[in-house]
Amino acid sequence: MTFSEQPATVKRYETAGPSVAKPGSGSPAIAPESRSLCEPYLRIENIHKTFGKFVALKDIYLDVYPGEFVCLLGPSGCGKTTLLRIISGLETQTQGRIFQDGQDVSHLPASTRDFGIVFQSYALFPNLTAQQNVAYGLQNQRLPRTQITTRVNELLDMVGLAGMGHKYPAQLSGGQQQRVALARALALSPGLLLLDEPLSALDAQVRVKLRSEIANLQRRLGITTVMVTHDQAEALAMADRIVVMNRGYIAQIGTPRTIYQNPSTPFVANFIGVMNFLNGTVEAENIVRCGNIVLHTPHNTVPIGQAVVIAIRPEDMRVVSDLPSDHDLPNRVEAEVISTEFLGAGYRLELTLSGNARQPITLEISANRARNMGIDALETLSIQLPPDMIRVFPAEQ
Amino acid sequence: MALTSSRQRTGSRDRAFFIDTESWIMRGLLGLGIVWLVVGVVLPLFPMVTRSFQDTAGTWVRQANYVRYLTTPALAQSLTNSLWVAIATTLLSVGLGFIYAYALTRTAMPGKKFFRTLGLLSLYIPPLANAIGLIYLFGNQGLITNGISGILPGININLYGPNGIILGEFLYCFPQALIILITALNLTDARLYEAAEVLGASPIKTFFTVTLPSVKYGLISALFVCFILAFTDFGVPKVVGGNYNVLATDIYKQVIGQQNLSMGATISVFLLVPSVLAFVIDRIVQRRQTALVSAKSVPLQPKPKPVLDWVMFGFCLLVVLFAFTVFATIILASLVKVWPYDFSLSFQNYSFRGVGGGGYAAYWNSIRMSLYTALFGTGIVFIGAYLIEKGRGLKGVRSLSYFLSTIPLALPGLVLGLAYVFFFNTRIWWIPFTGIAIYNPFHGLYGTMAILVMVNIVHFYTVCFLTATTALKQIDAEFEAVSASMSVPFYKTFWRVTVPLSLPAILEIGIYYFVNAMVTVSALIFLYPAKLPLASVAIVNMDDAGDIAAAAAMSTLIVLTSLGVRLLYSFLTQGVRKRSEAWLSR
Repeated sequence: MTFSEQPATVKRYETAGPSVAKPGSGSPAIAPESRSLCEPYLRIENIHKTFGKFVALKDIYLDVYPGEFVCLLGPSGCGKTTLLRIISGLETQTQGRIFQDGQDVSHLPASTRDFGIVFQSYALFPNLTAQQNVAYGLQNQRLPRTQITTRVNELLDMVGLAGMGHKYPAQLSGGQQQRVALARALALSPGLLLLDEPLSALDAQVRVKLRSEIANLQRRLGITTVMVTHDQAEALAMADRIVVMNRGYIAQIGTPRTIYQNPSTPFVANFIGVMNFLNGTVEAENIVRCGNIVLHTPHNTVPIGQAVVIAIRPEDMRVVSDLPSDHDLPNRVEAEVISTEFLGAGYRLELTLSGNARQPITLEISANRARNMGIDALETLSIQLPPDMIRVFPAEQ
Repeated sequence: MALTSSRQRTGSRDRAFFIDTESWIMRGLLGLGIVWLVVGVVLPLFPMVTRSFQDTAGTWVRQANYVRYLTTPALAQSLTNSLWVAIATTLLSVGLGFIYAYALTRTAMPGKKFFRTLGLLSLYIPPLANAIGLIYLFGNQGLITNGISGILPGININLYGPNGIILGEFLYCFPQALIILITALNLTDARLYEAAEVLGASPIKTFFTVTLPSVKYGLISALFVCFILAFTDFGVPKVVGGNYNVLATDIYKQVIGQQNLSMGATISVFLLVPSVLAFVIDRIVQRRQTALVSAKSVPLQPKPKPVLDWVMFGFCLLVVLFAFTVFATIILASLVKVWPYDFSLSFQNYSFRGVGGGGYAAYWNSIRMSLYTALFGTGIVFIGAYLIEKGRGLKGVRSLSYFLSTIPLALPGLVLGLAYVFFFNTRIWWIPFTGIAIYNPFHGLYGTMAILVMVNIVHFYTVCFLTATTALKQIDAEFEAVSASMSVPFYKTFWRVTVPLSLPAILEIGIYYFVNAMVTVSALIFLYPAKLPLASVAIVNMDDAGDIAAAAAMSTLIVLTSLGVRLLYSFLTQGVRKRSEAWLSR
């Protein structure tokens, strides 16, 4: 038996990730709406969850398509783990329904649902060897011994632990333990794989390595996967779609690129990556005034005269020269250098925009460019905020 | 390929049915657990309390028994006596226990391991046996009273009375206080002391601002535990109390001597109320406790301070010397032909011929009873704690179960034993104020080995339960979730994972049950049937009959058995530890 025989009945939809992501995902992007052509494998409908007076989840709707890798991303306490536990049946929702593979599983206990799960703590049985851990669910199915052994060896091989099966969890490194947990979760060929912060307990380097391995494995097996994480880099790198959550509701759902480039709220913008925010008021449908600086922005629907927040990423701004060709660039602004921070591959500059608003802004430039500019002696510089890189949000009340 | 089909073979319908049985098993077990606790702990208390409002013929007399007790000076005096010896013992045990524990944990005194082991020696000695040892040292013919047969000037401490009781109870309570205080003093963060030092605090100021606050809860716990033990103990005042009456001996006299069960019940209530109060206050105080020690704490490494270290060494040596002398005296007395006239050694006291108490039959009965107690008690406690800690659903039932499991700590053994007599030794229960009577389904247990085992299990339930709960809390909470995701029923994971991981705690509970069942008297003295004499009760009866040498011999047998089982346990756990090393260490 090989893994092509896994129940990957529906072809997986590939979406191109952002440039930072997805080793080996070179396939052309398919628009998200093409997913709606097939039935979702997992449908979450109007889920609410309260603990006493505390509202942990509200109005949660989510469709996960066959073979898709969805990340639930948010700060701690946003309800993402609660949602995962409700999907698994380990927790019961206060209201709402869950459909898996066309079946209403809303009130089925965890043990009758079809999923495999990996926890942050690995939750490996410490008194059983890696082999015995992986075989745990198979033995309960009363399969012939030889078949179990074959399957266990296959699984350990698949997660890169061939020959380590006789070791106890304590004799394995954190990364290896999490691989065993992954193999155990996949042993019964579940239709749904749930990952609850699987990488959070690992060292930074192991984490990066394992996250691409998990993503590759998931792609190979075509198993529908929901992962919970609070690490935005992890979500950007691994997910087909990201569900950004905040205080119990879904802030935005979209591909990593959409979430990063077109955040729908200042919260999402700020949570994913670094974002500069400037306060201003709308002067025209594509003009915002910040103090005595007038900025061109993409067209927006905020009424004229209303307060807004405009957002731009540090790496999207450009340092411009005094050459005449640069003089007529839109949104050219003078700024004062407050501090420079060396990051290795580049510099981060803390600036204050000139003019009476004196708003702080962060800018990132490559080390190469910084050297050419003579960054250490610099006191002021001209920057450009390219209009199409700016996002405009209504100011929060 | 076959795998995918196997998953399908257990179709969702089958599995739905299967999980139903699984959750029914859990519900059923939780229900059984509640029934067990209600029958074993709660219900027996009712007939006892009702009985305290009735006269010997069973007619209602309202508070007459209480009034009679409080207005009879000889009887009311016992209450004051009990309180006095309990408070004195508590202060003595916790005071000395604190210094001893401090020496063990916070100084660089030599011989810590030795002092730690010997400090806990008395745990394996029935309090009764210690009292007999005291008689041979400080009694009328005692070694010290007579100055070792006149070699030295004798010292008479007037053993029989409060002095003897306090000394005996001290030997009983000291190791209990020591365990709690060592644990409390061990939990500390060295950085707190470094901070105090850097800030320029004197050692005395540091002691009062850092050390004492950090062990506050341990100290309070030790105070209450010692108070309850000393207040309710029966063995020591029975043997060395002389004419100094305390509540525990009063109950015994009323029930055994005068067959006045109603008055016995009334005094039991006097014994029960302060114990329950102490228990409740301790619970409330402990609830305020927050974790002072985080995972990041740095353990304290005491620095050598020669003067303090050697003073502490001397102090600990004195305490150990006292406890060990009493222990050695028990053994010596059991081997001496005729104390104090013929000090030649012989085993004649071990024949138990011509003395009451049941001799070797009693000894073997005790061993049998203790084994059953260890076996069934450990099973019940551990499964009960597992269902409460790891079970899912029925939250109300689980918290009620938890509460009921902690009650036995507040129940004095004598009260429990007497309550069992009232509850089980009646064919028909009259439900008060209703005129309704029902047949007692548990009556068949009365006078059997089963009820002795049951009362022991209940008597020592709470400590075992808390040990099991602590062990279970240390096991990853997601194991049950992972099993459920693989459709493995909880009882399989319990057997394959939870039990092996908890084995050290399970064995610890087993040993605790065995040793306590061997040495306890209070819960059994009213319950044991004539056909089932017991070793610890035999000590009381032999002492009553004046056969003190035989009582010493029986005490020695019990102590050696307890210590032997403890050694066997260390030996066995070494094997277990070796096996578990594979998964514990790298």
